[in-house]
Amino acid sequence: MAVKKISKIQPEKFEFSKKNKETADSIIKNYPSGKQQSAVMSLLYLAQKQNDNWIPLSAMKYIAKYLDMPYIKVYEVATFYSMYNLTPVGKYFFQVCTTTPCMLRGAYNLVDVCKRKISEEENRLSEDGKTSWLEVECLGACVNAPMLQLNEDYYEDLDATKLEQIIDKISNDEVPQPGSYRGRLSSEPENTRKTLIGNKNA
Amino acid sequence: MLEDKDRIFQNLYNDFGADLKSAKQRGDWKDTKEICGKGREWIINEIKTSELRGRGGAGFPTGLKWSFAPKEVGSRPHYLVINADESEPGTCKDRDILRFEPHKLIEGCLIASYAVNAHKCYIYIRGEYFNEGQKLQTAIDEAYKDGLLGKNSAGTDWELDIYIHYGAGAYICGEETALLESIEGKKGQPRLKPPFPALIGLYGCPTIINNVETISVVPTILRRGGKWFSSLGRPKNTGSKIYCISGNVNNPCNVEEEMGIPLKELIEKHAGGVIGGWDNLKAVIPGGSSMPLLPKETCETIKMDFDACVENKTGLGTAGIVVINKDQDIIKCMARIARFYKHESCGQCTPCREGSGWMWRMLERMAKGEATRDEVDMLLDVTKQIEGHTICAFGEGSSWPVQGLIRNFKEEIIERNKFDPIVKKQKDIPYLVDQHLLEKENA
Repeated sequence: MAVKKISKIQPEKFEFSKKNKETADSIIKNYPSGKQQSAVMSLLYLAQKQNDNWIPLSAMKYIAKYLDMPYIKVYEVATFYSMYNLTPVGKYFFQVCTTTPCMLRGAYNLVDVCKRKISEEENRLSEDGKTSWLEVECLGACVNAPMLQLNEDYYEDLDATKLEQIIDKISNDEVPQPGSYRGRLSSEPENTRKTLIGNKNA
Repeated sequence: MLEDKDRIFQNLYNDFGADLKSAKQRGDWKDTKEICGKGREWIINEIKTSELRGRGGAGFPTGLKWSFAPKEVGSRPHYLVINADESEPGTCKDRDILRFEPHKLIEGCLIASYAVNAHKCYIYIRGEYFNEGQKLQTAIDEAYKDGLLGKNSAGTDWELDIYIHYGAGAYICGEETALLESIEGKKGQPRLKPPFPALIGLYGCPTIINNVETISVVPTILRRGGKWFSSLGRPKNTGSKIYCISGNVNNPCNVEEEMGIPLKELIEKHAGGVIGGWDNLKAVIPGGSSMPLLPKETCETIKMDFDACVENKTGLGTAGIVVINKDQDIIKCMARIARFYKHESCGQCTPCREGSGWMWRMLERMAKGEATRDEVDMLLDVTKQIEGHTICAFGEGSSWPVQGLIRNFKEEIIERNKFDPIVKKQKDIPYLVDQHLLEKENA
């Protein structure tokens, strides 16, 4: 479960890089003038990406000034949504879906692998300091269960052995190919497709 | 069974590619100008004729919803908001539309915006669908480049801009007013209704909110006619629908089928049957995790559409079918769903915030056989205290699956939990919620 605790170690200063400033300004333009507060979620996400996958308090203060809104409102948003990490996570961040449809297909086997190969507890860095893992709620790929999200990519149709291979690759700083690990290209039924047959042969 | 030519999402399995060129070959963006040229009244009437019902779960008639938007634009601009915050466990249809059929969605946005007088459209995508959002953004950029969006979109004289807004992992933002709060840059906590968003929505302006699938089928309906769409399925439950079949089946899949297709046919024919055979079936959740489950006897006969599901004391919801076979512990499955709701409650209303945790903890103990006999009735009572006492439908969504479990598998729970409360006293279970049981006189 996502931990909504603020990290004890906090960097003093945070500022967007030049490129992120440009991105932030273009995001703000997506909303009507005077409604720049709407951009807060995207800006928090930018800050998280820039700061090694977590958001320090200084970034929230910076964004509050950037969007001319109260700091507490930014804090409120950052603590409400579960995708904002308020404490440092691994460079490779595994989020294993364990909600019922994935659970039925063995998601807890993946959790066991994570416990064994990454760290005993959620949200704790592995020994080499590169990876951490978290049990999350439905990621919306139930037909390709069990699955997990590694940073931004979905890894689908997994089992314990395949996940072990993925983690081994990651520990050598090699990012494996995302997508299905049973060779599916989409959510079509394996081998027994009964619909849109003409398209398949087209 | 629906014929292939009547399937709206021809590229559901990505046989052709999602780019603009192949989308045009499949017939997207063909005479969009002529369709809009027939006027708002015609579009809304045609959608009303088609009897299209919203595909996001509630099944509200789309044409009726559009007609709620003010006819003339006053001092406040109108907005169209697309709900792509697909987080209901068991549902993954919108993901495939965003990935493989983005141009159906974009064209639908243009037509719907024209029909409700909106010049700006926001598509709210859940944060986890980052790659899907990027694919949609590519499609939007293509459309701008081709003159299909922007000033004079697709030659219709209508100005439309589409923006993507990413969520950040909150299930509740799929509730329409929470979604609006989230776009406004606040916590996603639902608003009281009325006022309904059609009059006071995003930034206090009239806003129409539709699901991805609803909007994506609109262009095809208008091209082939509302009559064609309403000829599929049965009255009030017309058209086709993407069903997601997951869980203990041999071939989990998404498939577009006619409304009212028998559940058994979906499972046996498209999903390759239940693991261990049909007799190994325990229960089916027919419409995403918030709908009550169905026992095997009902699964034999039930047809999958809105009204037939309601007759069987459940709901079609988003048509995310989760199949559970006898190898699974049904109480544990429901406890996991209860945990999902406990995690996702926004915390605004007390019955839901506290009650979802109660239900989860009680079910976890029931799964382990540590609960007392009369707690089953107490659990039912808790669900009744939540249902109908919250601002949004999350209260119902979290209590219905538990009610479904108790309705259909009460004996199984009681068989596993035979304790009298007095026995519990010695076990000393540290849950505050049950302390009053220990203090009962007869305990």
